[in-house]
Amino acid sequence: MPNHKAPAVTSGASVHLPKTPTGIGGLDDLTLGGLPTGRPTLLCGAAGCGKTLFGMTFLVNGCDRFDEPGVFMSFEEREQDLAANVQSLGFNIEELVAKKRLAIDYVRIERAEIEESGEYDLEGLFVRLGHAIDSVGAKRVVLDTIEALFSGLADSTILRAELRRLFSWLKDKGVTAIITAERGSGQLTRFGIEEYVSDCVILLDNRVQDQVVTRRLRVIKYRGSAHGTNEYPFLIDDEGITVLPVTSAGLGHRVSDEAVPTGVADLDAMLGKGGYFKDSSILISGLAGTGKSTFAAAFVDAACSRGERSLFFAFEESPDQVVRNMRSVGINLARHLKSGLLRFEAARPSLFGFEMHLARMNRDIEQFKPASIVVDPISAFRGPSSEIHATLIRLADVCKTKGITAVFTALSAVAEQMNESERSVSSLMDTWIALQDIDADGERNRILYLLKSRGMSHSKQIREYELSDDGIHLTAPYLGPEGVLTGAARMAQEAREREAERERMELTERRKREMARKRDALERQIAEMRAALDAEKDEVTELVEYQSLRSASATSDRAAMAKKRGGSR
Amino acid sequence: MIEDNAADDETTEFNLRLYVAGQTPKSLAAIANLKKICEENLAGRYKIEVIDLVVTPQLAAGDQIVAIPTLVRRLPPPLKRMIGDLSDSEKVIVGLDLRPVGKSML
Repeated sequence: MPNHKAPAVTSGASVHLPKTPTGIGGLDDLTLGGLPTGRPTLLCGAAGCGKTLFGMTFLVNGCDRFDEPGVFMSFEEREQDLAANVQSLGFNIEELVAKKRLAIDYVRIERAEIEESGEYDLEGLFVRLGHAIDSVGAKRVVLDTIEALFSGLADSTILRAELRRLFSWLKDKGVTAIITAERGSGQLTRFGIEEYVSDCVILLDNRVQDQVVTRRLRVIKYRGSAHGTNEYPFLIDDEGITVLPVTSAGLGHRVSDEAVPTGVADLDAMLGKGGYFKDSSILISGLAGTGKSTFAAAFVDAACSRGERSLFFAFEESPDQVVRNMRSVGINLARHLKSGLLRFEAARPSLFGFEMHLARMNRDIEQFKPASIVVDPISAFRGPSSEIHATLIRLADVCKTKGITAVFTALSAVAEQMNESERSVSSLMDTWIALQDIDADGERNRILYLLKSRGMSHSKQIREYELSDDGIHLTAPYLGPEGVLTGAARMAQEAREREAERERMELTERRKREMARKRDALERQIAEMRAALDAEKDEVTELVEYQSLRSASATSDRAAMAKKRGGSR
Repeated sequence: MIEDNAADDETTEFNLRLYVAGQTPKSLAAIANLKKICEENLAGRYKIEVIDLVVTPQLAAGDQIVAIPTLVRRLPPPLKRMIGDLSDSEKVIVGLDLRPVGKSML
């Protein structure tokens, strides 16, 4: 009998600590709910890491989504500048201020303007902050960057004592605060503020590697809560800040038995189930010009025609170019773009690092919620294979957990079975379609085969295919003693075979006719013999009758003779 | 800068504003020190306005008050700020250009 008193499953020790969601996609996941409620969090990073934007996003999300007004105390930027800077993220700060949801206080400290004489404290700052908090009923506070005080005031002993007091005062106020600080050398912050803010420390990083910048975030500590400990890439663009938690490397995703058509009927037939598995990963690899994108587009076209959303990540062609090129093979993508079922996301691979690309793709997937995606091509990413591998693993994982069918194309190098990006991902892929060019008899022909397709009994044949005006068509395979024949050679061979077949047919016909003739002759003979037999039978019958007649008359003759002699008494 | 500063003119009116927060020892000391310095140096031509931010916190942002106590010299221009309990009267005199006319001639 089941135990009804069994406690509900808890999501770990962190449930005890109240948390304030930041509304920043990903960050709330890796901190298991957000920042510690009613406590200050230190956000440190070098210049240009996005600390201010981070803080502002925290506040604006608080106002818009969690009904928690906020206070932004800026030590570096004026209100107008702040408003203009975050306008690019779609935040209308002036409106929030007018609606008394947000208070911005610009604290300007200019050492040249301030003389010091005797003892002082920072009660003025407390008063201002307290007033701002009370005026909007703030639950969230951002201090950006409080270290500016160190350059504005000479007496750092007083300052440190006051900062300590400020942070405990913030705790007493019960506001969730973000305190930003510049990254220092050898320590987290230039002035060692981490000493005072110890509940949660988040580090932002902006690293250049191979001339490509990747923003990364790390939760260094989070007192009283479990949290993701790795470095996570994050991106800042017109959609705001997105952090990509990439730890979901567990292989626990549910799988589907459902198959989705590939958009190429003949290919569906080759795959035993009538298509790719839903939520599987498909790799289409091949040389330049083998039609990788066309296969991908055919899949997208089929998905959109079924009314499913598709997301096309183009890394080599612009969306218009893809649409135009696909029109030439009879795949009309423009109508899906118009209906909103298809979305293109085009970017140069070198625009950012892998992780940024991944973060961006992840964000787009989250927003658009497609049923299938295409990444065309993954070989556009250049770099160490371990990184490509990691990036694609994460992308494939994201797709699998969300039940998205993902088609990746990869450009193979000439005369090489697998290139770096293919090798690194081959084990990740559930279905791998290899496209090849065969160069023979003065022409090039395209063939494809299924290198693998997990979980379905697929065709092992090598098939020739054509990109025609009305899509992709696979032709019947020719696999003869001379190997696979394609194109004109296949046609010639087929003609030869038709000729041989015809000859064989004639021979058979001849044999059949001969046979019929023989049978006729035989039957005639049988008829003759039967006639002779019948004649002989008639003769014998006649003879028997005559004989019986004779014997009967003989008897009567004898009787008559005996009567005449008087012998009858 | 000091040469063409009008502050040491005998007729210049001083408009001073002292920001404090409650009746703390530092605040009281600052008020007392300021009154003493002004009487000694600016007798008859100064005006002191004491603002208690506990009572009127909304005034803190206007004069960019961070530290308490803060003395702001509103007149004559330029605006000058001085933080601390003003216990070092020499510094106050120099910082706010409160030099008495007689001394400045020496």
